[in-house]
Amino acid sequence: MKKAIAYSILFLAIIAGSSFKFLPLNPPRSALKLPGGFQVHVIADSLGAARHLAVTSNGIVYIKLAKLKNGKGIIALQDLNGDGYKKTGFGNYIGTGIYVKDGWLYASSNTDIYRYRLNEKGEVIDTAHAEKIVTGLLDRHEHNSKSIVLDNNGYLYVNVGAYSNACQLQDRAQGSPGINPCPILDSAAGIWQFRTDKFGQTYGDGVHFATGLRNVVGLDWNNDIDQLFVMQHGRDQLFQLDPNLYDAKQSAELPAETMYALHEGDNAGWPYVYYDPFQKKKIVSPEYGGDGKKTGGENAVDPVAAYPAHMAPDGLLFYTGTMFPERYRHGAFIAFHGSWNRAPEKQKGYFVVFQPFKNGRPDGNWEVFADNFAGSDDISSPGQALHRPCGLAQGPDGALYVSDDAKGTIYRITYDAR
Amino acid sequence: MKKRLVVVITMLGAVVVCLNIRPTLAEAARGGPGPSTMQRGQKIYEQTCLTCHQADAGGVPGMTPPLQKSPYVQGPAVKVIGIVMNGLNDGVEIDGETYTNPMPPFGTVLKDQEIADVLTYLRSHFGNKAAPVTVTQVARIRQELKK
Ligand code: HEC
Repeated sequence: MKKAIAYSILFLAIIAGSSFKFLPLNPPRSALKLPGGFQVHVIADSLGAARHLAVTSNGIVYIKLAKLKNGKGIIALQDLNGDGYKKTGFGNYIGTGIYVKDGWLYASSNTDIYRYRLNEKGEVIDTAHAEKIVTGLLDRHEHNSKSIVLDNNGYLYVNVGAYSNACQLQDRAQGSPGINPCPILDSAAGIWQFRTDKFGQTYGDGVHFATGLRNVVGLDWNNDIDQLFVMQHGRDQLFQLDPNLYDAKQSAELPAETMYALHEGDNAGWPYVYYDPFQKKKIVSPEYGGDGKKTGGENAVDPVAAYPAHMAPDGLLFYTGTMFPERYRHGAFIAFHGSWNRAPEKQKGYFVVFQPFKNGRPDGNWEVFADNFAGSDDISSPGQALHRPCGLAQGPDGALYVSDDAKGTIYRITYDAR
Repeated sequence: MKKRLVVVITMLGAVVVCLNIRPTLAEAARGGPGPSTMQRGQKIYEQTCLTCHQADAGGVPGMTPPLQKSPYVQGPAVKVIGIVMNGLNDGVEIDGETYTNPMPPFGTVLKDQEIADVLTYLRSHFGNKAAPVTVTQVARIRQELKK
């Protein structure tokens, strides 16, 4: 007996010892599935709720956290040229949005937007003193993340999500009618435009750029045609709220997650209509007198692309690099966080999709690019997913970075045909 | 030495067995929930709560709290009955996490018996262990909430 214990301790010691010896010099590969010629490396993990990320022209990766990690809300990863990554943290606020442009780092909390000056090495000069450029955006828990992107003319765009599913009198309660007109639209459910260089702007200083967008998390500026693109999270719970009109299966497939190319003044129709990807029409919401067939939203814009319901597009990135093969250039990557509202049907998403583009418009079918974040394709409850892709960014060499907000893993995806 | 170990293991085993049968005994004493209560409770869970709290009661990270080993589900009946009747949208901290989505009130959607059934089901599933919720308790709280 004693001998057996001694042997097993020895055995464990050998295993422990050998695993240290054979630690790979390169960062570990992950279980992601990618098309041929692509490689993935994990450059950081266990950061927790890693939402969006941004990379400077010299390769520093900034990550915004939705939960403080050792008291910090922003993590910086600096590549030590083959010697791993140096990790530092600053900013004592949680949030989602982060963006780098022209020597500044921009980051959002769930109510405010800050910016930090970068030095020529891409480092934040004064982490303790952020300039608050926008303040007082609505945070009423539901859909409270504030994603940000900049154009090339000194403007910043931020989404303010609806604090509601379908603008019912009582949110998500069966039988509760839709409020008409929906009062949420005046200060949420849309995109606002602000100056990048003015302090303390509030709603009144900005432009109400687009409305009728239930909740946008993934958004990006398309430099080919100088236009803002956003991904809307479609409404939930058609079956639970209207069991006479929809069954559980229809509710899992309706409505589409939608991509819009926006102009100033556009309205995407929420909460009065939703987009049905099978009828390819804007359908009146049941809370506003719809029956699943009646069309509406004559003044609302149509999406430029539609994706399966409830997959939660949380990241959008136009690929402008040259590392990836020709067909990826100018197309869009979309990070689908993965569904919850398909239950009791199996959940979907938990992958990064590629959407080919031509002349600034989606061209052809989307395809799964990076798969198996969840670690299984049999997910019935989102808590079972090992990882959930959220943010996307492009490195100066054209590598694609993906953040995971379940465990806080940061992936770097590269291409090498050899 | 060995003897003592055996004694300790046996005692631990006995405690585990006792813990397991205690609710059954308590229920039997009160004439408490039979299999049909559980079946009805499960059905209400699946039709009404599962969409948000999920099939494994694991919730949705950051949005909807899990109901597994839940301090609320296992807590005082008064409080958990109140949550199901009135809903919850405080963004309260539960085991160190906050959740952004709201829970709608079910006071007008579910009858007293249905609330008692679903809570009794939850209080003996998904790692929860607490006394059944009776229809009398639900009715009393409904009266109090009306005042
Ligand atoms: C529309 C989604 C939704 C539905 C349907 C729903 N819940 Fe909830 N539930 C929530 C959310 C979100 C919270 C947390 C709210 C907060 O933090 O403010 C919650 C909180 C709770 C809590 C307290 C928190 C905890 O961890 O235990 C209990 C108990 C609960 N729900 C039980 C139920 C039961 C029973 C049903 C079915 C009768 C149900 N819920 C249906 C979304 C929902």
